Amino acid sequence: MALIGTREDGVRLTDLVKSYGDVHAVRGVTLSIRPGETVALLGPNGAGKSTTIDMMLGLTRPDSGTVTLFGSTPPEAVRAGVVGGMLQTGSLLGFLSVRELVTMVASLYPHPLDVSEALRLTGTTEIADRLATKLSGGQTQRVRMAIALVGDPDLLVLDEPTAALDVESRRDFWTAMRAVAAGGKTVVFATHYLEEADAYADRIVLMARGLVVADGPPTEIKARVGGRTIRATLPGIDQAALASLPGVTRADKRGDAFVLTCPDSPASDAALRELLVRYPTTSDIEVRGAGLEEAFLDLTGDESSEATTA
Amino acid sequence: MRNLTYLRFELLRTLRNYRFLIFSLGFPLILFLTIAGAHKNLKLDGISFPLYYLSGMTAWGTMSAVISSGARIAQERTVGWTRQLRVTPLKTSDYFLAKVLSGYLMALLNIVVLALAGTLIAVRLSAAQWLTMLGLILVGLIPFAILGILLGHLLTVDTLGPVIGGGTSLLALVGGAYGQLATGGPFLAVVKYIPSYWLVQAGRSALGGGNAWPTQAWIVLAAWSLILARVAARVFRRDTARV
Repeated sequence: MALIGTREDGVRLTDLVKSYGDVHAVRGVTLSIRPGETVALLGPNGAGKSTTIDMMLGLTRPDSGTVTLFGSTPPEAVRAGVVGGMLQTGSLLGFLSVRELVTMVASLYPHPLDVSEALRLTGTTEIADRLATKLSGGQTQRVRMAIALVGDPDLLVLDEPTAALDVESRRDFWTAMRAVAAGGKTVVFATHYLEEADAYADRIVLMARGLVVADGPPTEIKARVGGRTIRATLPGIDQAALASLPGVTRADKRGDAFVLTCPDSPASDAALRELLVRYPTTSDIEVRGAGLEEAFLDLTGDESSEATTA
Repeated sequence: MRNLTYLRFELLRTLRNYRFLIFSLGFPLILFLTIAGAHKNLKLDGISFPLYYLSGMTAWGTMSAVISSGARIAQERTVGWTRQLRVTPLKTSDYFLAKVLSGYLMALLNIVVLALAGTLIAVRLSAAQWLTMLGLILVGLIPFAILGILLGHLLTVDTLGPVIGGGTSLLALVGGAYGQLATGGPFLAVVKYIPSYWLVQAGRSALGGGNAWPTQAWIVLAAWSLILARVAARVFRRDTARV
């Protein structure tokens, strides 16, 4: 299969729109990804990440707009074996060992990696002889990564690869993923963990309500959504006093309780220390990362209210 | 199918499914041994009863094998494996072909097991008769292999068991696999439009005692194959467009 474009064209999504009945899953996404880039699609559930990825892989046809992968349509690119995908849901095929399953998938590609190499890269060598259906969640995800990778694709697309994993499995997964991305592949992954996007991507594309709301290097995105909130109870305290605490950008009173908003964790640490020094009787203290959902609401502003009425 | 590695693992998976293997080979075998074994010297329609029953059980067993193989697509759809395959270069036609060939492998095992049991009980056939029977069965299974793929796209994992079990038993019953239901009249005329009737007759015609496959058999089998393939293609397109 001759590809029309070249690898240099990278991945291009142009004005993608997809609705499921009344649900406007993707409402006009345009995105250009250079070869070799590792891009995180970051957003809360329902942001349109999975739908965008499905259209990128040719699993879903857009209502309008186009996708080109290295100058070809997604089905052409998939048939040519230049795409590897790790989908969000699904278990592995029964009655085969991990090594057999990866070998089976490798046989479908024109220039696959050595199976042992794929197993080594994903840290699955030790479980290679176990049945693919008898693995833990973390092991299953790493085998699924081996499956996505063994064809040695130029583009690797991963849809929330660590969604169901505990902290340790997530770390193992990304350690393996780093080794893979170091090989010059173009990698696109969806996640709703800001820390993951920050730690593993060159670039973060922030999605909310079917739109791209921010696009840039992790430091830039993090500054916009990485805040902390402190909630606590202290009867009789006045709002101005709270707002004057160090590191606090905003203070809200809710009866006897209050909420302090801080831009990042050093700021919230400073605010909390001073709070306890000045008002030792403060109780019910709760410090949280500002949820992505809240951050998105801030970022999307007016557009979000338009989206909810649409 | 150029990809023999893929096919090899598909066949391996079929053979490793021991529970399925034991039941799908075991049921027709046990029925044959107990019923045909108990009436070794009986004659029916001019042929010996064990021969008669052998062809019925072979039709039933092979039909179940090829339908089940295709229907297992339902399970792979449910767990998302077919979606995973759709982002690999595997052609859909090769995916289906591998399922059909797995079904035929099971069907062949069925035929071999029943033929050995038949020989044990005193069924004596020439090599030419065995080969005729084999050839006709393999052709007669085509519509059922397509039906399996169709059901694989219509059923869920929950409905798979009862529909396949009940459906094949019904097809086998009407087709006369457990014993001819009608030897004439309007009922037989209707039954002759059902492909399982001809699958049962495939066994019998090779034995030399029953009715040979007339033109009607070829037409009925071809028509069912075409219709089922058309419906299966439509259901497949609808299925892949939605996800």
